[in-house]
Amino acid sequence: MTRLLLASAAAVLAALPALAQDSSAEGRPVLTVYTYDSFISEWGPGPEIEKRFEAQCGCDLRFVAAGDGAALLGRLRLEGARSDADVVLGLDTSLTAVAAETGLFAPHGLSPALDLPVDWSDDTFLPYDWGWFAFVYDRTRLKNPPASFEELLNAPEDLKVVIEDPRSSTPGMGLLLWVKSLYGDDAGAAWARLKPHVVTVTSGWTEAYGMFLDGEADMVFSYTTSPAYHLIAEGDDTKAAAAFAEGNYLQVEVAAKLKSTDQPELADAFLAFMLTDAFQDVIPTTNWMYPAVTPESGLPEGFDTLVTPAKSLLVPAGDVPALRDEAMAEWQAGLSR
Amino acid sequence: MAGRAVALSGGAGRLAGGLALAFVVALCMGTLVPLALAAEPGRGLRPADWTAIRFTLMQAGLSAVLSVALAVPVARALARRRFPGRGLLVTLLGAPFLLPAIVAVFGLIAIWGRSGLASRALGLAGLGPLDIYGLGGVLLGHVFFNLPLVTRLLLQGWAAIPAEHWRLAAQLGMDRGAVFRHLERPMLIAVLPGAALLVFLLCSTSFAVVLALGGGPGASTVELAIYQSLRFDFDLGRAALLGLVQFGICLALAVALLTLGREAGFGPSLGGPVARRDIGGPLLRGVDALAITLAAAFLLLPLGAVVARGLPALLAGLPDQVWPAVLVSLSVAIPSALLSLGLGLALAGLVTGLRGGAWAEALTLMGLAASPFVIGTGLFLVLNPLVDPFALAVPVTLLVNAVMSLPFAMRVLVPALRRAQADYGRLAQSLGMSGFAGFRLAIWPALRRPAGFATGIAAALSMGDLGVITLFADPQTATLPLTMYRLMGAYRMEAAAGAALLLLALSLALFWIFDRGGRWLDRA
Repeated sequence: MTRLLLASAAAVLAALPALAQDSSAEGRPVLTVYTYDSFISEWGPGPEIEKRFEAQCGCDLRFVAAGDGAALLGRLRLEGARSDADVVLGLDTSLTAVAAETGLFAPHGLSPALDLPVDWSDDTFLPYDWGWFAFVYDRTRLKNPPASFEELLNAPEDLKVVIEDPRSSTPGMGLLLWVKSLYGDDAGAAWARLKPHVVTVTSGWTEAYGMFLDGEADMVFSYTTSPAYHLIAEGDDTKAAAAFAEGNYLQVEVAAKLKSTDQPELADAFLAFMLTDAFQDVIPTTNWMYPAVTPESGLPEGFDTLVTPAKSLLVPAGDVPALRDEAMAEWQAGLSR
Repeated sequence: MAGRAVALSGGAGRLAGGLALAFVVALCMGTLVPLALAAEPGRGLRPADWTAIRFTLMQAGLSAVLSVALAVPVARALARRRFPGRGLLVTLLGAPFLLPAIVAVFGLIAIWGRSGLASRALGLAGLGPLDIYGLGGVLLGHVFFNLPLVTRLLLQGWAAIPAEHWRLAAQLGMDRGAVFRHLERPMLIAVLPGAALLVFLLCSTSFAVVLALGGGPGASTVELAIYQSLRFDFDLGRAALLGLVQFGICLALAVALLTLGREAGFGPSLGGPVARRDIGGPLLRGVDALAITLAAAFLLLPLGAVVARGLPALLAGLPDQVWPAVLVSLSVAIPSALLSLGLGLALAGLVTGLRGGAWAEALTLMGLAASPFVIGTGLFLVLNPLVDPFALAVPVTLLVNAVMSLPFAMRVLVPALRRAQADYGRLAQSLGMSGFAGFRLAIWPALRRPAGFATGIAAALSMGDLGVITLFADPQTATLPLTMYRLMGAYRMEAAAGAALLLLALSLALFWIFDRGGRWLDRA
């Protein structure tokens, strides 16, 4: 046994230095950007954006990932003013009011021309991409998708959907606010009507989308841009998203500079860079969202096939904290047996 | 009783045990303190939290009872039958327990889901698809996870009944009923409470399985409430409070059950082959074959689905990011397992040497009742002002995983150590062996097998863990499960399935190597 233990210990010790190696280039200032997990993965926008920004900033851009948008904010609140973060990238409008209250963020000082389907005037949080939430389906399996939220609620019971939990995921929160903005005080009743259609409520987008692809449900709560992934990356045009007559709820993803940054100029430079083509044209086919500023080259081929909802809904960020608890209670009561 | 705890209850042994216990308590309960200190005045527990507590208790209780009840016939059949491929089957049957929750969920859905194998078979008969989502789905998931664990613990129990006893039973012409009363029932009484407790604790902190298969907010657990209060509400005080609730439940139950489960005390054995005469008869053989076949189908079909999903991607080549993640995962899992063994030995010595050791043992079970989110956040609050948390991603994950897998090591090591001390302790003492020599010569040989098994479980669990690393990982130190999750998050479901299969294979291989290593040493 001893020999086995020693051998494995030695193997591990040999491996550790390789893991601990520091990739920072000596001398260059470091800009630390906190973001969510999928942004920095090999398939996300992170690696390409890092390369492009470093080519012009003379700095070392370091992405740090922390779960999803909500986890990101939690992380910053844990660290407070001590945080190493210079910029945070990946909050959305369901979080910005709470984020602003922390007093950790500084105004961006920019007045950009944005291509958002809604007006935007927030002097702290700057959008970098956006998308419409939508129920995604497979056209070969579902011939007549509901054309409105009402139609979905009234559909025969065998139309099944899988949705995400607002307590643990940002899409879940999006759906919660969508229903609240459509049904107001009757939101609880709307959830009760949706209930027979709900296969299950997963903790995150990943489980829900995987279940949909496995055929567990006819529709999954995702984005209108999800079919673009299947079309562009897999050459599969069977997936589609439903635009609803009442309008689809928006997700606007934003970035902001930390007040406590030790690299204010670099942080400003990054935020400005964020709205240029070099950043924006990476977004559609890596983050699978719409760029906040449409690049000069336009959207990639395939995005023209995506459905465009007639109306965009968004609860003003400042109203979210007041609505949240009530909406959550309605959700819980409506969906519980 | 005087010679009972000879080898490990010496000064050094007690010191090591005390230190190990202090470490476990500090990591599990101590991490609540920074949370409570950092908390702004919160709102306390809400009505929804009480609903979550009730559902947690109910589903965990039912899961434990079901897993244990189903494991008895399976383990009994496996214990008394010899057939080609039995060893492989026993190893494979352990695999579900080692799967990361999300992989297991997709495997289960492939069989029991609305478009799964069973539903399609029903469809051929003109029946509607199955709908498992709800309490049924949660129990299905938890039994799938824990039936293998309980089966393995029971197999260890059966293996601990000395060969001499079986021979004696045969010579006395005991019938099956008598064998059950005199040999098997005492063993079951000794093993089952602890096993049920383990399953209860595992299920009470379950998170992804409950959400994915629970069907809706009616199925909510304390763990989810903790997650929510940390992530969405940033209500650290409430998270700490809920963490305390979880510990309270765990401790109360642990003390009750550990006091209940008395050691069977079969006396020493010289080993040798087990000759059983109580297992003849075609009917009994048929019952055993049925139990084994059903269990194998229940456990292996979803595993087969995991393999079938992952194999094409694995053969086509996985994305580059996967391989460094394998290295990170291994460099966490192996030291973590060895640390878990070391802690487990020290604590087992302490527990068996103390009067009222049940309390000490109950405390070591806290690793299961502790929320990884609470531990992670608490450690983060403590470490962040002192050092860069990213620099500590690997060591921290390693430590936490070791403590998390400690309860399993304890379940295996404590009974084995009690037996070894009862069997050889007095002999060692009469030979004047004490301290380390006594341990090495008299006790350790009897512990090698269970130690290998415990280390194997710890290594495999650590390999598949997706706990604290999420709070500490930077892009360079992603573990394999985290990378798998990231692949899924980027729509790469097929590549993720390949990574999941690789993870399954590596976990199983690690478990197998340590488990075999223990047996091999035992024979050498």
